[in-house]
Amino acid sequence: MYFDSLHAALAMEGHGPFVWAAYAITAVVLLTLLLSPVLRSRRLRRDLAGEIRRRETAAGEGRHASGT
Amino acid sequence: MWSFFHKLGSPPWLYRISGSILRWLLPLTLIALCAGAVWGLFYTAPDFRQGNSYRIIYIHVPAAVVALAGYYVMAIAGAVSLIWKMKMADVAMKACAPVGAALTFIALVTGAIWGKPTWGTWWVWDARITSMLILLFLYLGVIALYEAFDNKEAAGKACAVLTLVGTVNIPIIYKSVDWWYSLHQPASIKFTGESSIDPSMLYPLLLMIGSFYALFTCALLMNMRLEILRRESRTGWVRKLVGA
Repeated sequence: MYFDSLHAALAMEGHGPFVWAAYAITAVVLLTLLLSPVLRSRRLRRDLAGEIRRRETAAGEGRHASGT
Repeated sequence: MWSFFHKLGSPPWLYRISGSILRWLLPLTLIALCAGAVWGLFYTAPDFRQGNSYRIIYIHVPAAVVALAGYYVMAIAGAVSLIWKMKMADVAMKACAPVGAALTFIALVTGAIWGKPTWGTWWVWDARITSMLILLFLYLGVIALYEAFDNKEAAGKACAVLTLVGTVNIPIIYKSVDWWYSLHQPASIKFTGESSIDPSMLYPLLLMIGSFYALFTCALLMNMRLEILRRESRTGWVRKLVGA
């Protein structure tokens, strides 16, 4: 490791705030980029499953009503 | 060869194969990104002129390189969807835009943060920086234009045309550091001839560039899968997939 201590690594001889801010912003943007499609497709799949289940229930009730 | 293209055009096949690619590529990408960042942050010597602020290079350069490469992918996908009316190319074009916008944003923001201790300013209207800002607007423009149309077929066509017109910007970005020599430095890595960067700094940088390419691929595939599900929501295979 180049730095002597954790403190020195955080400070980076005065450039710490710049370096760490750049890495933090990048991490946040990249995580958002990867998480957003995961969350959105999970929601879409849940909605689709719900929609299909509702339609099947409605069809089942329709059959039941016509049978009686 | 042709059967491969036919398969590429098939949404269920693309959905299945992209899922099995992502299962190993995504964890690998995240490991490589973390390894590259730790290498660049802690295990390299500082630059003799810029000190430690240069460590921003390990995210700034990969983000910028892949933001540009992503535009090629988007432009080629746009051209294919315009010429051959291939639906999956349209899906790929649409999926590229948010990924490219995020990477261009990272390149601009980390560049600004790097500029402060190095140049003494957050921002200059330098040719390289301005043309990258235009790239960001092109990516955002594609996203906005797609949302502006109710008819998604017309939206795809308009976006493809915008994307193709925007390719004019790409050689300008590449050449800007040579044509208008100002604050932004020219390229340090060259495919032909000697790179002006020490190998101890070059290797972590190459690892990060590779990781960012992999990350682009992952994010692109994930966005494409979401869009495929959305478009194919009425078909039998999606119904079976969601397990109703």
